Amino acid sequence: MSDHSPAAVLGNEPAPQAFSAADITVEELEAGSSLWSDAWQRLRKNRLAIISLVIFVAVCLFCVIGPFLSPYNAESQDLLAGATAPSAAHPFGTDPLGRDLMVRVMEGGRISLLVGLIATLVSLMIGVVYGATAGYLGGKVDAAMMRFVDLLYALPFTIFVILLMVAFGRSLWLIFVAIGCVEWLSMARIVRSGVIGLKKQEFIEAAVSLGYSHSRIILRHLIPNVMGPVIVVATLTVPAVMLLEAFLSFLGLGVQPPNASWGVLINEGQQNMEILPWLLIFPAFFFALTLFCLNFLGDGLRDALDPKSAKD
Amino acid sequence: MAKFVILRLIQGIFVLLAIYAVTFFLVAATPGSPFSSERAIRPEILAQIEAFYGYDKPVGERFLTSLNNVLRGEFGPSAVYANRTVTEIIAGSFPVSLKLGSISLLVALLLGVPAGILAAVKKNTWLDYLPMSTAMAGICLPTFVMGPLLALVFGLILQLLPVAGWFGPEFVILPAATLGLYYAAYFARLTRGGMLEMLNQDFVRTARAKGVPEATIVWKHCLKGGLIPAITFLGPALAGIISGSFVVETIFQVPGLGQWFVRGALNRDDFLILGLTILFAALIVIMNLIVDILQVMLNPRLKYE
Repeated sequence: MSDHSPAAVLGNEPAPQAFSAADITVEELEAGSSLWSDAWQRLRKNRLAIISLVIFVAVCLFCVIGPFLSPYNAESQDLLAGATAPSAAHPFGTDPLGRDLMVRVMEGGRISLLVGLIATLVSLMIGVVYGATAGYLGGKVDAAMMRFVDLLYALPFTIFVILLMVAFGRSLWLIFVAIGCVEWLSMARIVRSGVIGLKKQEFIEAAVSLGYSHSRIILRHLIPNVMGPVIVVATLTVPAVMLLEAFLSFLGLGVQPPNASWGVLINEGQQNMEILPWLLIFPAFFFALTLFCLNFLGDGLRDALDPKSAKD
Repeated sequence: MAKFVILRLIQGIFVLLAIYAVTFFLVAATPGSPFSSERAIRPEILAQIEAFYGYDKPVGERFLTSLNNVLRGEFGPSAVYANRTVTEIIAGSFPVSLKLGSISLLVALLLGVPAGILAAVKKNTWLDYLPMSTAMAGICLPTFVMGPLLALVFGLILQLLPVAGWFGPEFVILPAATLGLYYAAYFARLTRGGMLEMLNQDFVRTARAKGVPEATIVWKHCLKGGLIPAITFLGPALAGIISGSFVVETIFQVPGLGQWFVRGALNRDDFLILGLTILFAALIVIMNLIVDILQVMLNPRLKYE
């Protein structure tokens, strides 16, 4: 971001001393007044959201890099030692098979985060394209498409996710797709209402009169302009997906051993919580912390990207 | 109003029919059948079982037969639990779920809504941060962590409440608290958002300028409008409480409906899945109707359409 951007000048930062209209090129003006830099300015002031972002990044790094730095790996067992309480050698303790819990939490985090991100991407792609198409085409097509979404809202989707897992085996990829196929409905609604608001505007009229194809208008002109709310919904979809994955793991349908997700670890932990509480505490702490951060970050982004909150 | 309700009910019947069709063909398209089990069955016996349940006929014909049965109120036999009809299973477990669900919803509303109002009125003070952080923690802790924790503290350490079973009023408390606390968190956040939106309106500034007491502004001017987001969430909340109560039912060994959702899907019990889906969808349709009526009562700008 350049210091000369109008956002910086109009915002709380001290204005640069030598400032004249000639200093600002057209590009800088456009860049400075964009939705994104305004939103970033607002987000930066939201202390809770920024702390959440930092913690979330730290948890991601912990899970991704951690296993390389640890002397243990998630599979190495020490059956003679069995379950031991947290100690200097094993900061999070070990499980009944003598596996180091810290590495298991890291590896579990990798899988939980991966499920969260990829399933959200799947839901994002379905929801954005579906919603944008419905909103852009309008009329009867729109009505039919949205009635279909309403119908799906009234289906108990957990049944179908379970059915899918039972029918097609329990692969990690299926979890991504099955959860993604369930979570796109809100995304489609939000994108549709955004597109309906946009399509009456001049730049879309201009694109239509230039003879661009429907798909080009939807993909190049409409979708980029509804990315704000989409990002907010996506941030809030990740925790929802992670909860759903944890629920599947609770049923024994989620990630299969020797792999483990946080959901699997929490489920194992709660079975022995009276005698081996650390097996529940550490995975549940990281799970809850991640969800906590993502929810606060989503809230912060919503406030930052919502034009109504610009008044505050 | 009567016209609106009747119209919506008719609409609802069509929605249910469409949902029945979607579910039927989704289930039919899924590979596997309710009768494939680990035990090897002689082909002629399998053929006989399939003929008994009508699985030897083409999908289209099966659909029409089952639709005909459902319209007469018969959901058919359970394909996996021999000698039990789907109607019997639902009749046995639905009252339990309804009791647990409505008490949980009551807990959620009684805790969540006042907390949300308090947080909105005392915005950016510790009376806002404390309930809202607690609410966020409630959302982030899955019920299968919260449930065992409550059982451990109140059941095993304090010895105050029974931790498993369904025999009397005291058995309702822990499961209802586990379910209710989770949704209380959502209601608190929605109520806070709704109230803040109202408190920022111009008419509130006018009222304050006129010297209207703050209590009157909150309770008389803002409460109705501020509750709308929370009211809208009632439908999804009830649906979630009834179908998502599987975890709580497992932990506290409650003989409710949630376990059948999971068992039906795990066993590929087609008739049970269809029956439960229709029940679930009917609940959503009815809840949405109630929510729409409540919304018009709270917001005079809306009209019955």
